[in-house]
Amino acid sequence: MTEQGKLSRRALFAGVAAIGATAQLTAMLNATAQELAAEAPAAIDSLERVKVELVAPPFVHAHDQIAKGGPKIVEFTMTIEEKRHEVADDAEVWAMTFNGSVPGPLMVVHEGDYVELTLVNPDTNLMPHNIDFHAATGALGGGALTNVNPGEKAILRFKATRAGVFVYHCAPEGMVPWHVVSGMNGAIMVLPRDGLRDPKGNLLTYDRVYYVGEQDFYIPKDETGAYQVYESIADCHADTLETMRGLIPSHIVFNGRVGALTGDNALKANVGETVLIVHSQANRDTRPHLIGGHGDFVWATGKFHTPPDVDQETWFIPGGTAGAALYTFRQPGVYAYVNHNLIEAFELGAAGHFVVEGDWNDDLMTAVLAPSPI
Amino acid sequence: MTALALPFKEIAGIALPATLLAVALGAVAWQVLPPIFRPAAGFPAPETVTLPPGEIAYRAEGQFFFGTTPIDAPKLAARIEAPLTIMKYQVSAADYAACVSDGACRPAAPATLGVGDVPATGVNFQDAEDYAGWLSARTGAVWTLPTDRQWAYAAGSRYADDALGLVDDPTNPALRWLADYREEANRLRAADPMPRPLGSFGENENGIADLAGNVWEWTDTCHRRVHVDAAGAVLSEQPACTVRVLEGKHRASVSYFIRDARSGGCSVGVPPDNLGFRLVRQPPWHERLLARFGL
Repeated sequence: MTEQGKLSRRALFAGVAAIGATAQLTAMLNATAQELAAEAPAAIDSLERVKVELVAPPFVHAHDQIAKGGPKIVEFTMTIEEKRHEVADDAEVWAMTFNGSVPGPLMVVHEGDYVELTLVNPDTNLMPHNIDFHAATGALGGGALTNVNPGEKAILRFKATRAGVFVYHCAPEGMVPWHVVSGMNGAIMVLPRDGLRDPKGNLLTYDRVYYVGEQDFYIPKDETGAYQVYESIADCHADTLETMRGLIPSHIVFNGRVGALTGDNALKANVGETVLIVHSQANRDTRPHLIGGHGDFVWATGKFHTPPDVDQETWFIPGGTAGAALYTFRQPGVYAYVNHNLIEAFELGAAGHFVVEGDWNDDLMTAVLAPSPI
Repeated sequence: MTALALPFKEIAGIALPATLLAVALGAVAWQVLPPIFRPAAGFPAPETVTLPPGEIAYRAEGQFFFGTTPIDAPKLAARIEAPLTIMKYQVSAADYAACVSDGACRPAAPATLGVGDVPATGVNFQDAEDYAGWLSARTGAVWTLPTDRQWAYAAGSRYADDALGLVDDPTNPALRWLADYREEANRLRAADPMPRPLGSFGENENGIADLAGNVWEWTDTCHRRVHVDAAGAVLSEQPACTVRVLEGKHRASVSYFIRDARSGGCSVGVPPDNLGFRLVRQPPWHERLLARFGL
């Protein structure tokens, strides 16, 4: 055999071996891919399914703080309701709501669970709606897969891959801000499977959890200065859009209306109890503050794998975000929980109350001299 | 010198007292004369009710302290010495507007709410005093805001004793705050803010209308802080006259310049629905004199 133009036997054998190996490898890879593909649906199908009945805010449905067992598929259903909604004694809006409340209800799952939401838009409504979960990945948060016209429903499943509290809101094309500031937003809490942790990694638990959804409304006024009332939801669109573009809300409220979390509906706690306050603002910045208390552990932007800030006075939640704060009450009495732009709190409605019972701690605070003549 | 020419000094000596007597008699005649013989006053006097002197059980106004502990104010026996003449109705929006167009009163703010012959609302303590001064000039009588005590006397069964009846625990100031809060929550449930035409809230046993309706009425009484000892004797009293007492469904203390208590939002607590007022007519001197003689 000559050496030029001829493949050496070794090279030939190596080449054939290579081709063979490649073919073999390809076959193996294809087989693995098929197995994997076959595995994913099979794995999901084998997961435990849990059906959750949602509860109106500020309360939260029953849940485990530390996950029991492995990842689950957690089924929720939300029905969209367009309705007249009183924001204050002298102001009402056409609200767009998940499950009839402003904000929509808080959902709770664990990291690694699948959220399966059935979204129903009854034909008593006039508008198309959808849902964007800030906790989800892809398809505009699910918005592209859940567009439902009146008379339709859709089911979305997404994997809760990130731990934290996250906003969800309606986001139909061409009308996104209008729906959001008409009340169509809420939040979901994705707890770490082994529970909340302080910066040192110690377990944190709560005795009570409250969900405060803060809502900015832009209600147009008529020529006499009174808030406009509209016959149907379609009628309010143009005026509301104009008021929205001024960027100054007419009302900023907790749980849907001025004073909703006060009086008989003030949030309750006892001295010694640890309370988790989940606070969402789907559109506008806010800065929660507990007057008379603190945030012992605060996830201001709401993500539980970021170690919480401690000993917080006031924390900043950017518009489009949910935050969470943990506090153990140490004194009895009445507390105000506010957006600490105090104009927004006391003039526009962004305030709620805690009513706390228990023993007074004189060491923490005492009146040395009650107000007396100088 | 003739018998008829009296010395000037003597004439002067008689002239002064004689003139004074004539003037005094003239003044008495002027005030006692029926209105028909007097030139028109220019403004119809408001309808009033006159109550005889008497005594009421009365929850003292102000914030009371025993040491560092706030306590309920004591209940006192309060005597009203003279007949009390008080407006049957609150000052109406129309009457207040007359004062405004005369330039003697500032406009109500927010603009008086409600439809029909409604009471003046959106008025502060200063506005009420300005109106009283204007009405006095127009009617020739002396009109003032009632004291808290006079209002309570006139209100009779409609007067609300808003003591909490709490036994205070000096080690736990929060108990009173929580009790106050629950009381406020009760009031919030009953809130009905739109002013209604005069008379809508009915009359009490004294024939006075709209007491303890949804309009709180300014009084002349200053808010105060009182320190007492264990026996209830007053150790110190500090009036705060930039804060005045209002009466209605419950007693309220509001800064004198506030016209709309609703937006003067406290961190906690329910403010009055509307701020308005009615006036008392001070009896002229001769009536007081006759009253002293039991006439």
